[in-house]
Amino acid sequence: FVPGLFNVPQATPVAVFKLSNDFKEDANPKKVNLGVGAYRTDEGQPWVLPVVKKVEKIIVADNSLNHEYLAILGLPEFRSSASKIALGEDSPAIQENRVGAVQCLGGTGALKMGAEFLRRWYNGNDNTKTPVYVSAPTWENHNAVFANAGFEDVRPYKYWDAEKRGLDLDGFLGDLESAPKHSIFVLHACAHNPTGTDPTHVEWMQVAEVMKRRKLFVFFDSAYQGFASGCLDKDAWAVRYFVTQGFEMFCAQSFSKNFGLYNERVGNLTIVARDSDNLKRVLSQMEKIVRVTWSNPPSQGARLVAITLNTPELFAEWKDNVKTMADRVLLMRASLQAKLQALETPGTWDHITQQIGMFSFTGLNPKQVEYMIKERSIYLMASGRINMCGLTTKNIDYVAESIHETVVNVQ
Amino acid sequence: LSPNLDQILLSAKASDYLIGSWWSEVQMGPPDPILGVSEAYKRDTNPKKMNLGVGAYRDDQGKPYVLSCVRKAEAQIAAKKLDKEYLAIGGLGDFTKACAKLALGDNNEVIKSGRNITVQTISGTGSLRIGANFLSRFHTEARDVYLPKPSWGNHTPIFRDAGMQLKAYTYYDPKTCGFDFQGALNDISKIPEKSIIMLHACAHNPTGVDPRPEQWKEIANLVKKRNLLVFFDMAYQGFASGDIDRDAWAVRYFIEQGHNIVLSQSFAKNMGLYGERVGGFTVVCKDAEEAKRVESQLKILIRPIYSNPPMNGARIAATILNTPDLYKEWLGEVHGMANRIITMRELLVANLKKEGSTQNWQHVIDQIGMFCFTGLKPEQVARLTKEFSVYMTKDGRISMAGVTSGNVGYLAQGIHAVTK
Repeated sequence: FVPGLFNVPQATPVAVFKLSNDFKEDANPKKVNLGVGAYRTDEGQPWVLPVVKKVEKIIVADNSLNHEYLAILGLPEFRSSASKIALGEDSPAIQENRVGAVQCLGGTGALKMGAEFLRRWYNGNDNTKTPVYVSAPTWENHNAVFANAGFEDVRPYKYWDAEKRGLDLDGFLGDLESAPKHSIFVLHACAHNPTGTDPTHVEWMQVAEVMKRRKLFVFFDSAYQGFASGCLDKDAWAVRYFVTQGFEMFCAQSFSKNFGLYNERVGNLTIVARDSDNLKRVLSQMEKIVRVTWSNPPSQGARLVAITLNTPELFAEWKDNVKTMADRVLLMRASLQAKLQALETPGTWDHITQQIGMFSFTGLNPKQVEYMIKERSIYLMASGRINMCGLTTKNIDYVAESIHETVVNVQ
Repeated sequence: LSPNLDQILLSAKASDYLIGSWWSEVQMGPPDPILGVSEAYKRDTNPKKMNLGVGAYRDDQGKPYVLSCVRKAEAQIAAKKLDKEYLAIGGLGDFTKACAKLALGDNNEVIKSGRNITVQTISGTGSLRIGANFLSRFHTEARDVYLPKPSWGNHTPIFRDAGMQLKAYTYYDPKTCGFDFQGALNDISKIPEKSIIMLHACAHNPTGVDPRPEQWKEIANLVKKRNLLVFFDMAYQGFASGDIDRDAWAVRYFIEQGHNIVLSQSFAKNMGLYGERVGGFTVVCKDAEEAKRVESQLKILIRPIYSNPPMNGARIAATILNTPDLYKEWLGEVHGMANRIITMRELLVANLKKEGSTQNWQHVIDQIGMFCFTGLKPEQVARLTKEFSVYMTKDGRISMAGVTSGNVGYLAQGIHAVTK
């Protein structure tokens, strides 16, 4: 008699998680997981940052700490120090009191809050028809985040040039020029996911010029600050440049990768407004959205990051840990490219070292990807994206040989 | 060719470029009716001030209470040196299994047959939101959610934001400060079929008024006749009577009677894990196959909100629930918290009598859980806040958890002063 949910169809699993599952179930001892974007050591193990272990001990030993609710917008010392990481300590916008932040559940949560706010308040009260542009390709969850926030028109902007294996700048600028005014653009601050291809400084300046002239909204996604070059400030160049150009903007920050705090869901939506009055009103409306979604954010991860960022020796140690991770990735890039060249694998492989961050768009096509998975037990995304962190000194020869064999035998 | 950023920063003030703002039309949002109370309290300089707003437990010194079993669990977890890899979208398996068992009982047929899906959520709010989103998307037969009158203030905006429509059924009787059983039955009998009805499993928020078991039985029967979808909100399991199983009785009874309910659980209060955001959302399905389909859709809903849930609190809760001596200790501590509240209720009434109040305060003792619906009117509440620095929500709700043996006398003074 009871109303049943009989009409619930089976949903297709999220690709990146299915890949990890299939990898787990594979019995081949030589298997390699180049799927999900989490850092691995040269032993192929997850890495809890040494500074994180230190700060965890500090937290455990501090009996004055409890598990009370954080404020709706989160831990204040986390929000402000996190925004400083993105914008720079001496950011004029911060000095002008027009920067605020919302602590969120990871980078995803920050994108979600920003999207929900924009839909309600950006350009009039109902932005369901306002176009949201995401790069082609982009992180697969971008589409869903904005669509679920109510945006009916989520479109791609040209970004990746598959033929030349680099940035399609003309296409990108062209889409900026032809986008309806007030369109929202999701920009990857650095270490573009999945292509690893970032605009140069001059290219960013060109993008900014068009966006300013055509009144397009800047929404940065910054999930890999520190991971691209190994230097936090260098990786924040684009975000900071846009601030100097006077944009009001959002920057969704994730501390999943650069702090290795994946499962603590540590994120920050940094808001740059025209002035403190606008900022105040924006934050008050953000509170309303937070309240009907998760009420207030989780405290553990934010506490950890706040203590680290606000304690000079710990901050220095963290930067060092970040550099360790970035350097290992750079080493694997160099090694892989060298080995492919030595094998004389057909094609050019410069993109492996030119691309930046955790990911590389190998250029392998879906058939080749399938071959890699089925015949070699090397797991990568159908797009040809590999996670460089999955490479180690122990498996890199096997991976290089496999790529070689695949490219030679499968077209 | 790379421009010198320092030069740019030095030479141009960013606000030179700022013409207008995107946000000039953004209105100032009103303060949250519940959380806003704490903020007003913080600003008050009166040394006798009392925060009886938000439902967070306090010990008899008025201090936040970190449960001993929580500290032990944390120490155990720290010693394990676990990694920080992403949880699955649906959360920590050890937690979700234990969460379902806690609500439904160890030997529940639903769990044995695998026909429930339980996902980890961002505490109670996150659970309600996922539930609201799920029903909005898949329960296409009806858009209406019936809340008891009154209900937790955040229920309405959550469901509304998810695209549902809110209606109400009679629940609280202001004349008796108790349950309007007949009124509830009358209203429920008129609810259109397949609508969603929200029931507070125990320790009703804000009134503290719970149906008695015989009354629950009649409600369950009527709800079955009306063919309604039951959404249980259980945020206080253990806190109402001090007994975990007793507080889950209604939930378990409904399931026994064949209702395939949806259920939100929170561990904010009963484990004191407020800021760690620990909760669960359960859908009781017709069979394991349906549960798999529902699970796949819940994941699709969760991923674009926050991808996967936070580990820390769930790991603590799982450790407690799955470690026999920690579980035993926890049951004792929950019992202790509930008892302190019951004692405060008795003391408040005793003190009101001592002050010379001639009003009937029996409801303060009869009501159950963290909250007490005093019966104070908004003007009286305003006076209590203004003249005595006693902070509470304007519906007259006080959090008994904020009352201590040290301040109960002062509270009685204030309440008597505004009601005599």
